[in-house]
Amino acid sequence: MSKHMSAVPSPLNWPGYYAQQLKTCKDSRLKAFFEAGLVAPDTPLNEVPFVALDFETTGLNPKDHGIVSVGIVPFTLSRIRCKQASHFIVNPRQTLLPKSITFHGITHSDVQAAPDLEDVLHDFLPKLANQVVVVHYRQIEREFLNLALMARIQEQLFFPVIDTMTLEEHILKKQRTMFERLIGQKPNQSLRLPDIRERYGLPRYHLHHAMTDALATAEVLQAQVAYHFDGQTPISELWC
Amino acid sequence: MQAEQVEVSSFLSQYQPFDELPEEARDALAQSIEIAYFRAGSQILNFRDPIKDLYVVRSGSVEVFHRNGELHNRLAEGGIFGQMGVLMNGSVRFPVKALDDTLVYCIPDELFKQYFAEYDAFGDYFETDEAEVLRGTVSRSVESSDLSTVQAKTILARRPVIASPEMTVQQAAKRMGEEDVSFILVCSSHSEPESGQSKLKGILTDQHLRQRIVADGLPLTTPISDVMTQEFEVLDSNAYMFEAMLTMLRFNQPQLPLMHRDEPIGALTLLDILRHESQSSLLFVKGIFAQQSIKDLVRYSKQLPAVYVRMVNEDANSHMVGSAMAVIGRSFKQHLLSLAEEKLGKPPVPYCFLALGSMARDEQLLVTDQDNALLLDDAYDPREHEAYFEQLAKFVCDGLAACGYTYCSGDIMATNPQWRKTFTQWQECFADWIDNPEPQALLNSSIFFDLDGVWGETKLADILKIFIAQRAKKTPRFLASLARNALSRTPPLGFFKNFVMEPDGRHGKSINLKRRGTAPLSDVIRVHALAVGSDAQNSFERLDDINEAGLLPQGKGRELSDALEYISMVRIRHQAYDVEHNESPDNAINPMHLSTFEKRNLREAFQVLDNAQQFLKYRYHSQSAFK
Repeated sequence: MSKHMSAVPSPLNWPGYYAQQLKTCKDSRLKAFFEAGLVAPDTPLNEVPFVALDFETTGLNPKDHGIVSVGIVPFTLSRIRCKQASHFIVNPRQTLLPKSITFHGITHSDVQAAPDLEDVLHDFLPKLANQVVVVHYRQIEREFLNLALMARIQEQLFFPVIDTMTLEEHILKKQRTMFERLIGQKPNQSLRLPDIRERYGLPRYHLHHAMTDALATAEVLQAQVAYHFDGQTPISELWC
Repeated sequence: MQAEQVEVSSFLSQYQPFDELPEEARDALAQSIEIAYFRAGSQILNFRDPIKDLYVVRSGSVEVFHRNGELHNRLAEGGIFGQMGVLMNGSVRFPVKALDDTLVYCIPDELFKQYFAEYDAFGDYFETDEAEVLRGTVSRSVESSDLSTVQAKTILARRPVIASPEMTVQQAAKRMGEEDVSFILVCSSHSEPESGQSKLKGILTDQHLRQRIVADGLPLTTPISDVMTQEFEVLDSNAYMFEAMLTMLRFNQPQLPLMHRDEPIGALTLLDILRHESQSSLLFVKGIFAQQSIKDLVRYSKQLPAVYVRMVNEDANSHMVGSAMAVIGRSFKQHLLSLAEEKLGKPPVPYCFLALGSMARDEQLLVTDQDNALLLDDAYDPREHEAYFEQLAKFVCDGLAACGYTYCSGDIMATNPQWRKTFTQWQECFADWIDNPEPQALLNSSIFFDLDGVWGETKLADILKIFIAQRAKKTPRFLASLARNALSRTPPLGFFKNFVMEPDGRHGKSINLKRRGTAPLSDVIRVHALAVGSDAQNSFERLDDINEAGLLPQGKGRELSDALEYISMVRIRHQAYDVEHNESPDNAINPMHLSTFEKRNLREAFQVLDNAQQFLKYRYHSQSAFK
């Protein structure tokens, strides 16, 4: 296998992980999450309940920075349901840097009035339970959430995600010409969310609002599947 | 907990009718929508599928179709579709397809209906649009009034009652009594496949029995073949309502047999259609003949613009609008002529009243002047008869002017002694135009090459048409001159295919869709039609003949008819819009007022005209070299 293909992490044994966590985790909210279960790995994409997730953070390093807002948008391949969408602002426990404020527009007074992430877990986690989470660039959402929970309740939380960025990278690789493949050339098209959206004819959004970014990600997955996948494909082929 | 949808809300605020909503209402709407993505070419809505949302195009573009597959509209960002389906109890009326990659916002029907009722400005947007047509349709007892998509056979009241030609009139009368019908179709029992002739030989009606048997005292044993009507029109069983209606009106034929191959499957009567279409242009035509005086007729003619608007709103295509308006114009003439004969007495010699130009082509719209002439029997003697026809012409032309058909500025009217000729004089006149083509003279007379008999001895007009078609075809020099004239009005496109506008009194700058679009297209089509010896007058029918003759390169005929249809429809809708907004309708539009799509399509249509003119130059120029 070529060097580039190895960049894709092999999917974990998610059913095994969920069963294990259900036995070992102590927090009641996490227990409820794992108890709700995992979308069956052989579910065709057409029938999967998805939920797009986006965090705005105080910076890019999960060890030093924290989550300030969360956007959640449930959808299927046929419809994105704004009515069930939600947006939380939370207190990051880390200092809000002026640089990040210019990004997401969430200010000191906003977060000071906001609850701690731990206090909204009972509201937040059920929205992800038994759904397939969709993110753009999974390192952010996965690491930030996991570390935030470690810091607060000393337990870890992972779940399978569809990463629209990884998906796009694969799609672009497949589209390389034979020659480009032979010389091992990487696709040179951008994997930034706005650029991907443009390629699929999706409108320009003012990004860096967790809700809008989640929405933008949901639309991208609809477009990617419409163009490159069969709706009958089992979900386990795409999650990681 | 619901979250604010900033993106959605700010998008909606830019487009009608959402910009009319209070901000809280718009935000609530934004929070309730659903979003869906469709890649280019995929179907968004299928005809008759259940529909639960109003759709707004967020990005990309879609095509909206009639159920018969014809394109109805193209919508870009901010365009709305599905309103008809939602308001019509939830099934899709107009199928929709994604033209580009398209993101749509779906507004739940309950919320849409709630806002529709609650916010006047929001509701009005849909009212003035299709809901008005919709309500009109629903209030009629019939489910659908879509003339272009309803097949005539679907409204046939019953199976035909059939008799054989040998049957006696008494037997036939008995049969009609038993079946309770007012007419009977007469068919030969044996088919004659080798002759290709229809089995249907005639129609026998109540009226025949009264007028030809009872009144003339013929024996009851007379075979029905002796008294039945043998000359009549039929239509194929797949014909649409509008064709059937127009045929019946045009040939004044109260029963119209519909044929499947050589057998009649039934006959449509005016009553069938009236029952179906109680509000239509047909009713208007009937009304024309019911007016007792010029004064009544003039008052009645004021309704014409409303009839026109209704027709446009019912999604009639340009051929339907054009021919319906021509039938109406023809009916005005016919009724005026019958009033004139009532006043002046019977004509001293037979004559035929001729319609020229757009009416003869069945391409009449609202803004039109009268172009007409008189064709007199060769027995005409000016010393004895001129006074009668002078008065008749004046009566009709004044009447037409009073009814809104303005006098012809070029004085091509029956009131001009120059355009009252005997049949032989007309033949000589056309022979001279064709054999000795003078560009200037031809320019003035080209309108005579669209000609139709409206009243009186219309057979004479038909013979004249054939005479013209045969002679023109054989005269390359004439065709070359006509072709040269057809280049005089160019499409309004500049070097970079931009729109070139012309100053006009009322609008500042505008494009004249008739002078720069439909008229030169008709000119081009007329040249080709005469070149292939077609005696059709309507541009679309001429194109059929041209295509059949294989004169144009593959696909070009279709392009011409699409272009003509498109420019005509823009012109038709523009006039309907003017009427609805109490402005006097005209042919001038400012492209600034068109959507991106309309501009693109219009530019394409003008480009087709430009190409067609180039082709004309080359095609008839080379021929004229042989003269």
